[in-house]
Amino acid sequence: MSVSYTNIEKIIGPLIYLRNNHDTSYGEVVSVHTPDGKIRMGEVIEISKESIIIEVFGETDGISATNTRVTFKGEPFKVKLSTDMIGKVFNYIGEPIDISTRRMLPGKVISSQNREIEGSPINPCAREAPREIIQTGISAIDGLFTLIKGQKLPIFSGQGMPHNRLAAQIVTQASSTSEKPFLIIFCGIGILQDEAAFFLDEFKRSGKMQHIISFLNFADDPIMERLIIPHVSLTAAEYFAYDLGMDVLVVLIDITNYAEALRELSSAKEEIPSRKGYPGYLYSNLAALYERTGCLAGKQGSITQIPILSMPNDDISHPIPDTTGFITEGQVVLNRDLFKRNLYPPVEVLASISRLMKDAIGERTTRKDHADISSQAIASYSEALEIRSLISIVGEEGLKDNQNRLLDFARSFEQAFLRQDIHENRTLAETFSRLWESLSKLSRHQLTRVHREHIDEYYQETW
Amino acid sequence: MNDQKIDGKISRIKGTLLEINGLEKVVRLHDLVQLARDNLLAEVIQIHENRIVCQCFESTLGLRLGDTVTPLHKPLSMTLGPGLLGGIFDGLQRPLDTIFDELNDPFLTRGVQIPALDYTKKWEFLPCRQVGDVLEQGDIIGTVLENPAIKHHIMIPPGTGGRLESISMKGSYTIQDELYTLNQDGIVKPFTMVQRWPVKTPRPVHQRLSIKSPFLTGLRVIDMMFPVALGGTVAVPGGFGTGKTIIQQSIAKWCNADVVVYVGCGERGNEIADVLHDFKNIEDPRTGRPITERLVTIANTSNMPISAREASIFSGITIAEYFRDMGYHVALLADSTSRWAESLREISGLLEEMPAEEGYPAYLPSKLSSFYERAGFMKLQGTNMDGKARNGSLTIIGSVSPPSGEFSEPVTTTTNRFVQAFWALDPNLAYAKHYPAINWFDSYTGYVQDLCPWWEKMDFKWVSIDLDWIQLREAINGILSREHEYKNLAKLIGENNLPENQQLELFTAKMLKDGFLIQNAFDPVDCYTTPQKLLAMVKIMLIFHQEAKRLIEDGYFMEEIKKLESVEQIMRICHEIPNDNTQEISNIKNDLLGEINSMRAIFKR
Repeated sequence: MSVSYTNIEKIIGPLIYLRNNHDTSYGEVVSVHTPDGKIRMGEVIEISKESIIIEVFGETDGISATNTRVTFKGEPFKVKLSTDMIGKVFNYIGEPIDISTRRMLPGKVISSQNREIEGSPINPCAREAPREIIQTGISAIDGLFTLIKGQKLPIFSGQGMPHNRLAAQIVTQASSTSEKPFLIIFCGIGILQDEAAFFLDEFKRSGKMQHIISFLNFADDPIMERLIIPHVSLTAAEYFAYDLGMDVLVVLIDITNYAEALRELSSAKEEIPSRKGYPGYLYSNLAALYERTGCLAGKQGSITQIPILSMPNDDISHPIPDTTGFITEGQVVLNRDLFKRNLYPPVEVLASISRLMKDAIGERTTRKDHADISSQAIASYSEALEIRSLISIVGEEGLKDNQNRLLDFARSFEQAFLRQDIHENRTLAETFSRLWESLSKLSRHQLTRVHREHIDEYYQETW
Repeated sequence: MNDQKIDGKISRIKGTLLEINGLEKVVRLHDLVQLARDNLLAEVIQIHENRIVCQCFESTLGLRLGDTVTPLHKPLSMTLGPGLLGGIFDGLQRPLDTIFDELNDPFLTRGVQIPALDYTKKWEFLPCRQVGDVLEQGDIIGTVLENPAIKHHIMIPPGTGGRLESISMKGSYTIQDELYTLNQDGIVKPFTMVQRWPVKTPRPVHQRLSIKSPFLTGLRVIDMMFPVALGGTVAVPGGFGTGKTIIQQSIAKWCNADVVVYVGCGERGNEIADVLHDFKNIEDPRTGRPITERLVTIANTSNMPISAREASIFSGITIAEYFRDMGYHVALLADSTSRWAESLREISGLLEEMPAEEGYPAYLPSKLSSFYERAGFMKLQGTNMDGKARNGSLTIIGSVSPPSGEFSEPVTTTTNRFVQAFWALDPNLAYAKHYPAINWFDSYTGYVQDLCPWWEKMDFKWVSIDLDWIQLREAINGILSREHEYKNLAKLIGENNLPENQQLELFTAKMLKDGFLIQNAFDPVDCYTTPQKLLAMVKIMLIFHQEAKRLIEDGYFMEEIKKLESVEQIMRICHEIPNDNTQEISNIKNDLLGEINSMRAIFKR
């Protein structure tokens, strides 16, 4: 039985203060009804003897202290889940939508699977070490920063850089080598309508639509919806991965919008801010998202996350990328200079890392020389970049043979290996062969990080 | 205390903060209370005239006003006894492995109540005292062989003592079984193997001793350049990606402590999983047993409730002190203390306390010092079975995760004041894949003088070089700081245009960095280095430097010296020559000297 109340004391931003006449429970969902017939959802975030504070998901425009009814639902926030969702597009609450009109489509998800979106923490003892790879068909990622099933590997980008392209390419090309069904959950957090249209066009073009579930929240949607949607997406991911045994890849874009919504809400609640106005719990809050990833003992499937975030002002020390980097298992950073030089994907090799890669790559999953050549390429590229900055001061004349070879390597590494077409899906073999092509610009004894037997097998004599 | 049962009622819920009416006259500060709904635990953090404020250790989802709350009349305490080693607990000492085995649910449900230690397992007890002995707190009464690596000494709990009235014979007992009775002033009390101790109170010791022995980590840059002593304190600050966790894990694997307590505080779940899986397969080089046998893990991952995170550091140190009291050298590794400080900040924010710097509460320094001051090399209370006193130590290594890697933030600067050593991790080194990324200019240690005698004893003599540990350190520092000086010049005019002797400084610095300071944590040989190998490596590099300097004075060129075959061999010592084969390093040294001699013989300048 649900009871309605109209005794609102005050309204501040997304918060409604209701005089406490009801035996509510912490975290209970409410619906808020206004005379224009609109219904919004909300959640109880504080209870005292005098009042109940409700956080409203959606616009609070038009709500007044006299015309609004609040109805208690008697349970925390839940979402309905079913396999019928695959291939479709949903809003923050899991209702099917049409993205060109942004209207709700007729028909709802019908299912007995009604899950709380909060999610419980995973017992660390139940985690299995991630050991299988996800192939993205992108050389920079597969070759140097391999994505591992159960990993959370964010992409740090900046305004105007091609992270949408890269996200679309990952979503449409990602594949798993195992027999298990592979599903992609795409979660757009505060994205522009044009961006949403771009993504869906790319998904359709690739013919992979039947392996993708999209949850979309637009830039002009209310902030509360923005804070809900990644949790809904991950609740869905947990259902498909751990109940139905699928390998699920969740792409979240853009985390910066999520964190800003969090800041806006925190400021409405008059909380004490920490860095740059973000609340002190930014870390725990983001961790609650990112940690819903992994491989679990006794469960078939896995959840892998690629959160994408745009660094305000390309600043990697900004609280959002900084906090993210402390939680995730590595990061792929996009670089403004490479982007200006028209190199796609503009991956900044020296700032990127995949922390789970070392135990997962090798003969069993990729190739036996993978670890050696990726570490060699990064080390040599780093040396080459130093020489480049040296040349700008002393010129190319005084360079020694070794140094010239490093420059040749860097050129080939950028142009033949990193550079890739936006629809080009490379096999692992091709990625490795391109990497060896670049490494072979170096002399054999410059390959100090590669075992001799690998050099003998793959080194391409050109000198 | 009141005999009749008094219950309280929830009167306000705000996040994990609860206000409760009716208990203000019966609870003490920091006592635990239990909620009837879902069996959740909470800690009393404020007592007012008409209500108390409690911090709930788990999510308060679903709680209602008026819910019943029962006072437990005790603070958060650890259960200390056989079964701790190899275990993994959350901040409240709930056994995560047992929870997973028993409930078979990969997710943590709220309010689970499973005892910390297995109450049914039988342990082989060997008594070493006799009826009639007069015993004091800390006296060892017998031992349990907890696993082949560690003997678990059963001690008289602090604050008790008396005449031994009865003691069990050699045999198998559970931790619930009565083991002995003590007669204290005419009152006979029974005891089991287990004792309980509140986490916020340091366990008593006899006295603090001066520090003399090194805490060896097997990491060359640490043991040589920034060593710590047993009983010392270290902070390891570093931004993300600088390798804090790898350093902590390497130390957990290879350090010379007898027992390691690893507190994963607000960090990644997969990392804890890694510790659990990896460590099972790694042998302790000294005992040949899996290192999990000397390890206790406290895990509170970043998505587990924040209020239990605050407790986890103190839970860890209480367990560490318990093993120290048995006479062991114990290392407590806390990763990361910043997440713990953030949990303080979050709770303080909920309480609407006046914040100090960056929102952290003003009591951050006193909380941090109450943690680091529990380290030390101690003369312990009580005696062994042979009547002798014993010593033990507790070394604390706390990593700090400063936002943006900026060391001027409150947690880093405050921690600095309470630790003696500081291993500053440098993102530029990490970018260059120089691990461990400990910056040799920004790091420091206060233990060099204390450890000097020990290293003198360890040292061996090579005729070609006559430097002791301190002098070796100075020589390395000299080369590295000269490199720093010439490096910028080299960038401007090109390395080849520097004078030969400066080129040599750059070359030896590169040799020291690539061949000595850099260490691969994943290489089976390179992952840890003994003091003997370490000294041999440093000496051979400095012999090279000294001889090359003479060659240059005699008119030889760096181009020729760089081509010496032994140079490449020196660079490969780290991962090609095992720890126990210093003879092989000595052979390389002889090769080097031989090569230099023949170089002089062929081209006389």
